[in-house]
This record gives sequence, structure tokens and C-alpha cells, in this order.
Amino acid sequence: MKVAEAIIKCLQEEKVSTIFGYPGATVVPIYEELRKSNINHVLVRHEQAAGHSASGFGRVSKTVGVCIGTSGPGATNLITSIATAYMDSIPLVVITGQVNSHLIGKDVFQEADITGATESFTKHSYLVKDEKNILNIIKEAFYIAKTGRPGPVLIDIPVDIQLKDIEYSYPKEVNIRSYKPTVNGHKGQIKKALEKIKQSKRPLICIGGGIVSGTAENQLKEFVEKFKIPLVHTLMGKDGININKPYYVGLIGSHGFSYANKAVSESDLLILIGTRIADRATAGSKYFAKDAEIIHIDIDPAEIGKTLGTNIPVVGDCKQVLEELLKHAEALKTDNWIEHIENFKKEIHKPYELKDKVNPKYVLNMLSQMLENDTIMTADVGQNQIWCARNFCINEKRRFLTSGGLGTMGYSLPSAIGAKIAAPNKTIVAVMGDGSFQMSLFELGTIVQNNIKIIILLFNNSGLGMVREIQKNTYGKYHGVELNCNPDFVKIAEAYGLKGKRIHKNEDFEEAFKESLKCETTFLVECIVDSKESTL
Amino acid sequence: MININKYVLSLLVENRSGVLSKISGLFSRRGYNIHSLTVGITEDPNISRMTIVTLGDEQLLEQITKQLNKLIDVIKVMELNTEKCVSRELALIKISKPPSTQSLITESVGIFRGNIVGLDSTSMIIELTGDEEKITAFIDFIKPYGIKEIIRTGLTAIER
Repeated sequence: MKVAEAIIKCLQEEKVSTIFGYPGATVVPIYEELRKSNINHVLVRHEQAAGHSASGFGRVSKTVGVCIGTSGPGATNLITSIATAYMDSIPLVVITGQVNSHLIGKDVFQEADITGATESFTKHSYLVKDEKNILNIIKEAFYIAKTGRPGPVLIDIPVDIQLKDIEYSYPKEVNIRSYKPTVNGHKGQIKKALEKIKQSKRPLICIGGGIVSGTAENQLKEFVEKFKIPLVHTLMGKDGININKPYYVGLIGSHGFSYANKAVSESDLLILIGTRIADRATAGSKYFAKDAEIIHIDIDPAEIGKTLGTNIPVVGDCKQVLEELLKHAEALKTDNWIEHIENFKKEIHKPYELKDKVNPKYVLNMLSQMLENDTIMTADVGQNQIWCARNFCINEKRRFLTSGGLGTMGYSLPSAIGAKIAAPNKTIVAVMGDGSFQMSLFELGTIVQNNIKIIILLFNNSGLGMVREIQKNTYGKYHGVELNCNPDFVKIAEAYGLKGKRIHKNEDFEEAFKESLKCETTFLVECIVDSKESTL
Repeated sequence: MININKYVLSLLVENRSGVLSKISGLFSRRGYNIHSLTVGITEDPNISRMTIVTLGDEQLLEQITKQLNKLIDVIKVMELNTEKCVSRELALIKISKPPSTQSLITESVGIFRGNIVGLDSTSMIIELTGDEEKITAFIDFIKPYGIKEIIRTGLTAIER
């Protein structure tokens, strides 16, 4: 059969139900086979959104997200979303068309060296030169994307290769001699870790995105409750734990809560699980956890010891390691330590004020109570992201998706689209600012075309709030951050045939949001926010 | 970095196009130093051996090793103990050849066990193999006699 048909068959073998893409000349053969198949194709309005939507879809369905673009500018438009997935360890398979194999390197129309360009942002990439390798390549790509530390894998397929004939026989196994990720933690290291845990007086767990991608939430909950150890988390770890007093402390880092950071500085044993503990979490401080010994449990050995010196490294899948640790569970005497944390939590925590414009902190606290326990919230980047991280509560099965590592504006809307397609029965709330909405509002077209119902919560403060705040705090003045010619966003939603409402006061929020929940189409709730509203 | 040491890394990598680019790209974007790099085929035509000499400290070496291991095309990474391996480098040195010193140069090439591989009226090309210290010693010795060009391959090494 033709390679193009084989590619679609391989995707079906990998149980791919949805592909997000934008066709062009060099993927026409693949699209012809896609047309004949039962795989759902979602046409986006910009390739960058295809990558973000595949990311949201994959994160919610716990599968490998798949997106497709053409050669040249189609491929280069995918770069930002590939880098976003790479930084947050999201499994993606990205298929790009390429010019004819004998024209590569001659600067022909829509040619771009995408494998070279994405070298630093992909877990691995393939340029298919021999059609006989395509089946192995696809099998390997999915395997690499979802095992070990997940990440994006790119497959660049020249259009003439897509038209060649091969014998189809999907490989049963994959064996890459140079790639053997460690799953089970070393028993000796786990034993050492247990000893340290049992000796500690002020232990503290810090989790990251690894708990979520490793689906270890239940094991973590049991670990926290059986050992009685309080827990803090990074931005990516926010939906790894349900708020479960008295063990839940809060978000750490430069935009975290000072009481959570204080808990870290006073602990004598910091147990890092599924986190790379990067500069946002440590606030770049060399005094981070200076008095604590450190146990670092992570699937990627390169992250252990990269930012923080580690006393006991444990390389392995966090679910497996937690299950091993749970075999020797013992309740620690942490009542005084937990009470101490609760006490300074009350002292330091300052509540927000309600003034005349809409206060996003109030809105998000309201949503914590109004929304169902399995709502999925996507956040963009900037003040809106931090307001969500600090004020929206994760309960039961709620999810929180954002671009934590790369901090890519324009992530929220397309990832919400992917999330809704993966979980059509759940409420999806996409939070963003006026800056980030304008980086993604073309995806309203995708929403309408695919009958997608989400709620867009837009915090409009007429500017790039986070940067403005940094400029004001550093120089006293700001420059280049004002979005003072914003269009009427509600009218834009209506131009797409959707609904929307603008509110100016806190007391109008509840009613507007209830209307958005009842509405059959996507609904935009635009909140007018004071430009001086602080992030923290 | 407090203690800057020289480390020799010996890598076995898949013999595919783009692998050299991936490895050198990794070094450059993470700010690791490449003092020298040599690569060639092994007894298995699908596998190449790469020898990289890098400068850094223990912590940096650990990160470099771990990041290299993450690359799918890298099969194995070994740090060679410089005392327990045989290391060699090839140098081709072109020197100017004033007639008065020719016999002195020819004798010294013999002492260093090198070969004169090129000779014309104005210059002489000397080929020398040996470990890094020997090459450097010869170059230091021959410098006063006028070096026109030096080409060094960089170190390659094998464990005893």
C-alpha cells in the first residue's frame, strides 16, 4: 500500500482518535487517506494552535496528542507549541510534510529544515528518507513520546515518500538499544529514603507535573495520609493533589504563597516527587531549602542534582516508587509541625480587597465553589495564570492545564479546545487575559466549526499586566504594555455566532457565569479588571 | 567552577546523519565546553565512536553525562580514566625550512618518532602521532623554527 495509507493505519493501531492539523501541499497524500479513515480531523486556524490543542487533548485523555502540519511555514509555526510541550514534558507526535526528498537542501518552495530547527525542543525527531522505515519510525515515535519522561517527537515525511509503496505489517515490538527508561526505583535507594523519612522531624513533600503525567495522584494521597507529611507543590503540580487538610500547604515559588515558601525553609527533609524544581519554584534563591536534606524522586535522572544538590536520588516512575514506599508506611509524629505551618499560614495569609472593578481573585474563589468537581480549567500566561494558580481550588477530579515551563501566551484557548474534545461531558473553563486572547482568538473559528462548548473567562485589564507590574516595580514607569485599542471582545464572539457578556462589577459575576453554564454554545465572560490589580 | 579539570568522554552513537549535530548542539546550548571532538566508525558499521574532551568540574561532568544519555542516538557514555587508557592524536605541522636548520629539524623529527611527509624548497610537512603532551612538546620545540600551519585532530582514546 502507499506510505500515506500506511501512516493512517499506524495511527489507528496506536488508537489515535483525533488529529489537530492544517493541511498544505506536502501533506495532501496523507489528508486523502485521513479523509477515508474514521480518525477525527480538527482543522485549526493556525498551526501553533494545532500543537496546543493536541497538548490539551493528550493531557486530558492521558494519550499521546497528535498534530499535523505542512512543510516550510506550516512546520515552523508548530515550533512554539512543540517547545511548549517539551518544557512541560507532554507526549506529542508531530507529523510534518516535507518537500520531495531529492529537493531537500535546495531551498525550494515551502522548504524548512524542521528537524534541525526543533533539535533542542524534541525528545527525538525523524526525517524519513527510506519508505521501508516508516512503520518502525511511527511505532518508535509513539513509544518514545509516552515512555520515560514524556515529550514531543517529530516525524518529517517528504511528499514523494508518502506516495511510495510498502508492505504493511505493523511492528509488534519496539526495541531501541539506546533508550531504556528506568521504571522501578532502586530498592537500596528506596530503603535509604524510608530511613531518612522515618528519622525526620519536619518533613515536607513537594510535587510537580510528574505526579499528573505519571497518574500517581492516588498513590500520592495515600502516601501523604499514611505517613502524615504536609505537602507543597509547583505550578505544574497543582492538579496532582486534592486539597486535603491538614496536609495541603500550597503553591511555592516566586508567585507562590509566602507560607508555603516558609514551610520549605523550615523543613529538615524535602521530598521532591515528579518535579524538576526549576527557577520559578526556588525563586532562583540559593537559600532554597538550605536546612533540609533532599530526597529527589523523578523518572529523569538528569533532573536530579541539576538545580538542587540531592542527598538521596531515586530514579523511577513516581507511581511505582510511591507504591514501594507505601509497603513500609508508618505514621510520623508530625502533629506539632503541621500545627506550626497552619499557624503561620493564618498569620501571613492576607485576603484580597473588593474595589469597584472586577477582582479576578474574587471571581476565581467563587468559581472554586460554583464549578463541579470534575471541571477542567486552562490558564494562559501572565497575571491570569497566577491568579488561577493561587485562587482556584483543585478538588476531586478537577484539572488545571497551563504552560508552566515555557510560559507560552495563547496556550489556554486551543488547549481548552483539545480538552473539550477529549472530555466532551465536562465543563471546560479557559482563562486568559486580553493579551493572550488576542494571540489565540482565531481559534473561535475552530470552536464554531466543531460545535465545541467551553466557557472563556477573559480578564481584560487593557494591557500586558504581568510585564507592566514588573516595569512599574523596577523602573516606576511602564512602556509598550498598553493594549488600549482593544476591540469589543463580546462583539467578536458574536461575530463568530457565539455568545458573550461583559461585566464591570464583582456582584454581576455570578449571574453572568450561570448564564454561560446554561448556554449551548461557547460563551465569553469578559471581566473588566483594574490595570493596577496586583498579581499576588 | 572552582576546580577545572579535563575529562575524556567516549561515546558510542548510532551512525546516522544528524547525530554529530545533535551532540554538538547539546553542548553549545547548555554551555558545555568542547575542547576537542573526534568521531569515526567502529567495527560495527551502524555504530560510531565519538571522543570528546571537555573542561569542567565534577558536577558539570555529571550533568553532561546525564544529558548525553538522554539523547536517543547515544548508546553509551563512558568517562575514560586518563591513566588507564591509551590516547592518541595526529598532528600535521607545516614549518618553514631555512637550509641552515634542516638537519636539526630532521633529527628532532626522528627523536619524536614523527615522519616528514612533505618537502619542497620553502617548507616541510611533519606528521606526528602521540598523546597530547608529546604533540604539544614537539610544537613548543619547533616553534622557534617558524611554524606556518598546524592541524591537530583532537584526542581519541581506548581503554586498556
